[in-house]
Amino acid sequence: MAILLPLVGALVCFLWPRRSVPLGLVTAIGVVTCVAGLGWQVVVLGTQRYAVGGWGAPLGIDLYADGLSLLMLMVTAGVGLGISAYSTSYFERKQSALFWPLWLFLWAALNALFLSADIFNLYVTLELLGLAAVALVALAGGADALTSAMRYLLVSLLGSLFYLLGVALLYHSFGSVDMAILAQRMEPSPAVWAAIGLMSAGLLLKTALFPLHFWLPPAHASAPAPVSALLSALVVKASFYILLRLWLEVFPPGNVALGQLLGLLGAAAVLWGGIQALRQTRLKLLIAYSTVAQLGYFFLAFPLGTATAWKGTLYLLLSHALAKAAMFMAAGNIIRFGGHDRIADLDRVAHRLPLTVTAFALAGISIIGLPPSGGFIGKWLLLDAALRAGQWWWVVILILGGLLAAAYVFKVIGYAFTQAGVLQETRTVPTIMEWVALALALGAILLGLFAPWPLALMEIGLPFGRESAG
Amino acid sequence: MNWDAGLPLLILSSSLLPGLVIFFLPEERVATRTTLNLGGALLKLVLVGVMVWGVFHGHHYETRMPLLPGLDLVLRADAEAVLFVTLSTVLWLVTTVYAIGYLEDSPHRSRFFGFFSLCVTATVGVALAGNLITFLLFYELLTLATYPLIVHRGTEVARQAGRTYLTYTIAGGALLLVGTVWIYSLAGSLEFTHRGFVAELVDTHRAALIVIFVLLIAGLGVKAALVPLHGWLPQAMVAPAPVSALLHAVAVVKAGAFGIVRVVDDVFGVEVAANLGVTGPLAAVAAVTIIYGSLRALFQDDLKRRLAFSTISQVSYIILGIAIVGPAATIGGLVHLVHQGVMKITLFFCAGNLAETLGIHKISEMNGVGRRMPWTMAAFTISALGMVGVPPLAGFISKWYLGLGALDAGQGWVVFVLAGSSLLNAGYFLPILYAAWFKAPPDAWPAERTWGSRETFWLLLAPPVVTALLTLAAGLLASAPFSPLQWARFITAQEYMP
Repeated sequence: MAILLPLVGALVCFLWPRRSVPLGLVTAIGVVTCVAGLGWQVVVLGTQRYAVGGWGAPLGIDLYADGLSLLMLMVTAGVGLGISAYSTSYFERKQSALFWPLWLFLWAALNALFLSADIFNLYVTLELLGLAAVALVALAGGADALTSAMRYLLVSLLGSLFYLLGVALLYHSFGSVDMAILAQRMEPSPAVWAAIGLMSAGLLLKTALFPLHFWLPPAHASAPAPVSALLSALVVKASFYILLRLWLEVFPPGNVALGQLLGLLGAAAVLWGGIQALRQTRLKLLIAYSTVAQLGYFFLAFPLGTATAWKGTLYLLLSHALAKAAMFMAAGNIIRFGGHDRIADLDRVAHRLPLTVTAFALAGISIIGLPPSGGFIGKWLLLDAALRAGQWWWVVILILGGLLAAAYVFKVIGYAFTQAGVLQETRTVPTIMEWVALALALGAILLGLFAPWPLALMEIGLPFGRESAG
Repeated sequence: MNWDAGLPLLILSSSLLPGLVIFFLPEERVATRTTLNLGGALLKLVLVGVMVWGVFHGHHYETRMPLLPGLDLVLRADAEAVLFVTLSTVLWLVTTVYAIGYLEDSPHRSRFFGFFSLCVTATVGVALAGNLITFLLFYELLTLATYPLIVHRGTEVARQAGRTYLTYTIAGGALLLVGTVWIYSLAGSLEFTHRGFVAELVDTHRAALIVIFVLLIAGLGVKAALVPLHGWLPQAMVAPAPVSALLHAVAVVKAGAFGIVRVVDDVFGVEVAANLGVTGPLAAVAAVTIIYGSLRALFQDDLKRRLAFSTISQVSYIILGIAIVGPAATIGGLVHLVHQGVMKITLFFCAGNLAETLGIHKISEMNGVGRRMPWTMAAFTISALGMVGVPPLAGFISKWYLGLGALDAGQGWVVFVLAGSSLLNAGYFLPILYAAWFKAPPDAWPAERTWGSRETFWLLLAPPVVTALLTLAAGLLASAPFSPLQWARFITAQEYMP
């Protein structure tokens, strides 16, 4: 249901473009309800496996829901609802008719991806996701947007291609694409290593891990605000989710060197993204580079490999989704209000939009990792894991990354406290756009106060069970 | 949730909730805002009063909620917490009154009072924190809540000061975080306990513990303005007077000092800390800070800057008292936590009055001001003499116990530090008093405003007079039950009891 509903919604919106706003909104609420229902099932009954059309693995398509996928679904639902509410007032009618079908289509792809139980299905959904995302980037129109959309398309296709090659190799070796079956049959061989390499490379490209991040800042910065929020908060996480699944459940354990390499790249991303963000003069580019830095954190868990580290990463992922969406929405409000996003001229705008600035500040707290926030919990878990593993250099990276983030967040917030006069010509920002940004930012903060619950969810189905037992 | 478990949370909420509401109030709703502010402050005072009574009668107040598996957020009212909570609650009430008078008709008042309430919430949280992670949480919240207060005026100087403040405190917070995680990964617990929770690690992880101690103290030392981490404090003087008062007396600087007390007493425990050999260097750093702050204060002409350097010097008395291992010195340090707060807040109120009423910012402009504003300057005089350590005022009590404790512990050099510092204190306060009372006033003040027959607006005058009376009372009635001194003894008895 969670997949079908947005798909149907997308079709309906496409067919009746004039009614797309209310239809889209109804669909969004419907999807959230479905996810909540599924959540209830998983919590009460444990992991769920559903064979589409009743065929079942290894022949048919299997859907599988455990704590990890449920968590991803829920954060998608939360952010998705926010984005839907935000978009009701953001787009003009003409754009709106294009936006809604694409967005609901993308949502369907995301949900399908998080529920897929086999690696070929993952490929299909990943590809759908990429295409929808590219179309959304191009929605802004203009040469800039089209160029970055084109680049994004190429990157996306290239990434999927690598991944598909890897899938083919695995299928050839083991005769199945179901993850559970693969995990049983998996044994190290050159073909497997090649497959792992190809799949990882493709996914890293799509996740924009340094130094494969070059496409992300222009694509995320030139898209319309809700789309930027969507891309930074959810889409990049999808490919990371696949990597995480494969790493935990399919790939043979013991590839320490690869883990260390990923960790190093992640560290480089944290520092490089932070420094670049600090150097930006445009707000949206700053936020986009901050995404590059934050994505880097996710990879710090690979060299550590303990349950605590994975949970920390996931927690960072959740809070980053909420916080980054809030940040892009805040930036969207500021642009709508003042007509520009030059950081040096923000002061006049900041005074008139206290709610938006608050949203940005709260999201910033989570991004920096100050308590109380989801970002803090995530970092705490990672720090703890790093110290317990005796790998103190990751501690240095985490702290430096936090300091850099503080520098660039406060670079923006500082402008809220100037003595600027009142701007004469002002365009109003719809109230709902301000409140949605604030609500998402608050969500990121609240994640820091109610950590036990999501952490318990992560244990359902135990994707990291092996580690936590040991 | 029963009463004993809910009280600490209630005390927090009594400033948090009004603060949140105030953010959304339009600028012109003065009456509502004032009611919320004062109502919250009074309610908190009553609740804290109940808590003091309860703790004295053996009640155990503790709020606990899970933060992470195995780690809880804990608010607990032990004796140290009560000392600091009472201080901040009383001074918050006074400062709120003062701020209402001070900020009359200035822009962004809702924003100001909102963050003001958050700031106090964070301070109370720091005081009540029952383990290191709760402490860390409120400590960082304090950083965030004070930043908008420091840059409140929005001038380029103010923003520069805000940036400096953030650079120092966020870096300090990062050190504190690393230290906290590290000690958690070793000890598996963060609960504050009398005599510390790391005793069994001394033999196995000696080097790590020393590094952790340095990390924690450096992180806290930023806020406590230990030399050489004090750079932000004189700059932060651009903040409005009530903020400076709060910053120096209760909130930021004290949070740092209180944190050091916690780390030495309740994380490591004094014996373990002494065994690790880290208290000696800490005492040395504190001594250097005391002398350095006083020396720098001598050469400032700007009144608030002189007071700022004086704070740097005075706060380290607390740290010195903790670092000299021994009961009497600990009493001296703890009691100075309260005494310094009461005295310094008076001085800053007075400085604010001078600036608001007569436009005086410099000490060289203060000639004869005692005749124009006798009440303000009387309050100033009492507190300044208290700082110097003239008996029977509050500062004397602190210094007496510090000296006594140093001699008990066989650390005679501390007495020389105290004597030297007292001389220097006299050197930078007495000329001000002399000029204010005995020199002839100038023909015109820099920028005079009048309030009828009174010397200044009554909302500005009442707070310093009240706190000056507290300074007197703390000294004269030091042996009365519930005086800061008796409470400090109560705490110390727990810490050193076999």
